[in-house]
Amino acid sequence: MAVLLALVVAVMLVGGGIFTLLAAVGVVRLPDVYTRMHAASKAGTVGSGLMLIAAGLHAFDFAILARAFAGFVFFILTAPVAAHLVAKAAHHAGYRLSRHATCDEMRDHTKK
Amino acid sequence: MAAIVTGLIFAIVWAAVTGSLSPLNLVLGFLLGLFALWIIRRDFAGTRTVVRPWKLLSLLILFVKELALSAWRVAVLVASPKMDLKPGIFAFPLKVDRDIEITLLANMITLTPGTLSVDVSDDRRFLYVHALDCSDPTAVRRDIADGFERKILEALR
Repeated sequence: MAVLLALVVAVMLVGGGIFTLLAAVGVVRLPDVYTRMHAASKAGTVGSGLMLIAAGLHAFDFAILARAFAGFVFFILTAPVAAHLVAKAAHHAGYRLSRHATCDEMRDHTKK
Repeated sequence: MAAIVTGLIFAIVWAAVTGSLSPLNLVLGFLLGLFALWIIRRDFAGTRTVVRPWKLLSLLILFVKELALSAWRVAVLVASPKMDLKPGIFAFPLKVDRDIEITLLANMITLTPGTLSVDVSDDRRFLYVHALDCSDPTAVRRDIADGFERKILEALR
C-alpha cells in the first residue's frame, strides 16, 4: 500500500514537473504574447496542480491534502483571469498577433 | 436558506484552508462565511440563481476532462520540433448574459484546448477568443456553444 502510494506520488510529481517545464519552454518558443498565454495558463496550471496534489497525498494527512486541494482550486480560479488580463492589456496596447495569424475579429470589431 | 447552504460550503472551505476539522473551527468558518455574505449582501440582492447540482457536477467533470486534454495538447505542441500554428482571434456570440455565467464561460474557455478568452465586447454580446488553431472558427464556435455554454445554461437556469 505504501509502495503504491509512493509510486502514484512519484508519477504525479514527475508528470507535474514535465508539464511545468513544457509550459516554460512554451513561453520561450511560441511566437507572440497570446500564444504564450496558452502555454502558461494551461500546462502551468495542470503542472502545479499535479505537484500540489502529490505533495498532499505524500503527507497522508487530511489537513494537508485539503489545503493542497484548495491551492489547486485557487489556481484554477486565478490562472485564467491572469492570462485573460495579460492578453486583453496586450490587445489594448495594440500588440499585433504573430505573422502566422489567420484572423483578428476583435480588431475588426473595435475599428468599426 | 440559501445563505445557510452557502455558509456551510464556506465552513468546509474554511476547514480545508485552515487544515483543521474540529467542530469549533467549523463553527468559526460558518460564522465567518455568514459575515462575508453579509458584507456583500447588496451585490446579489434581487438576483436569484437556480443551481442544479447534478448538471453542475456534469459541467465540472467535462471541465476537468477538457483541462487535462488541453494541458496535454499544449505540452505536445510545445515539445514538437516544428510548431504548426494558425492563431487568430474570433468573436463568439454570447447566449449567456449574466455576469456569473459570462465569467464562468470565459474562465472555462481559457482552460480548454487551444482557446483563450481575451475580452468581452462593451455591449456584452461577443466574447473575443484567441485560438491556437483559428483555421476554422465556425467549428470552434459551435463546439463552445454546444459544450460549455449549453451546460452552463442547464446548470444555472
